[in-house]
Amino acid sequence: MTPAIQESASPLPFGLMHEHGGGPASKRIVVAYGFWIFILGDMVMFSALFAAYAVLSGNTAGGPTAAELFNLPNVFIETMCLLVSSYTCGLGVLSAERRRLLPFFAFAALTFVLGSVFLIIEAREFAGMVEKGAGPSRSGFLSAFFTLVGTHGAHVTAGLIALVYLVIQVIAKGLQAAVLRRLLCWSLFWHALDIVWVGVFTLVYLMGVRH
Amino acid sequence: MSDIHAPAPDRTPGVEEHESTASYLTYSVGLALAIVTTAASFIVAQTGLLWAPGIPVGLTVLALAQIGIHLVFFLHLGSGADSTNNILALAFGVLIVFLVIAGSIWIVANLHDNMMPMPPQ
Repeated sequence: MTPAIQESASPLPFGLMHEHGGGPASKRIVVAYGFWIFILGDMVMFSALFAAYAVLSGNTAGGPTAAELFNLPNVFIETMCLLVSSYTCGLGVLSAERRRLLPFFAFAALTFVLGSVFLIIEAREFAGMVEKGAGPSRSGFLSAFFTLVGTHGAHVTAGLIALVYLVIQVIAKGLQAAVLRRLLCWSLFWHALDIVWVGVFTLVYLMGVRH
Repeated sequence: MSDIHAPAPDRTPGVEEHESTASYLTYSVGLALAIVTTAASFIVAQTGLLWAPGIPVGLTVLALAQIGIHLVFFLHLGSGADSTNNILALAFGVLIVFLVIAGSIWIVANLHDNMMPMPPQ
């Protein structure tokens, strides 16, 4: 291959071309790009829920307010669980890419446990609120709260199910290229959920409870 | 046989390459920074460290900082050529998210201000 051919113009957009000009980007990069577009679509959906919450958070209709309902130490534990699970998820995918099977299973299990702890704390919080008569039908504020935080929780649940499915794939098929790509996409999804949670704990919990 | 051009490896389009863009260290630095910003957010919200009317601004800045940390250290959005399209897509996403949130708050605040005063029931 002569340098002249390498310099030739590529029909592909800049970033999808390998920087050395050796043809289109690898499937791994293209697949991750497609999944990235999906994640951004999901973010736009969450932005609508955030907007609804921001607009409705003051409409308590004489019911309980954020400051009366939320327990910040619990939220801090939830936040740390999700953050550390994001970390272990990244290390798990890294181990898989380096063909280290045992660390991959260990990190995947750790991610699953931390995600489950997050969901359990959230479910108990929801149950406690409904018990106190602060269910989603109590006020506009609570409708928006349950929709936003519940949608995030549903995403975390879906992520945990997908994780189990992927671990089964790794056991059944081994660390093939296709399985590794799925793992990469799953890790993008899991990291993105943590980014949404940063918005949730800042807007909903911290701004709601601050004095 | 050495080649003075040091050419790019001859790659067939679509063939997998297992380059690791990240390392354990990247994730660990990201985790440490994220823990610091999270802890700072909770401290700012619960103490009088910041001037009270400035707390929402402080919390917003900390949240944006943490989102940036996540994007760079966990999602590996960098200045490399492989990231260019992802960053352009992200920029478009951020624009839409900003329009939806800021626009909704703006419009509804305006409606709220123009509401007829309602008698307390």
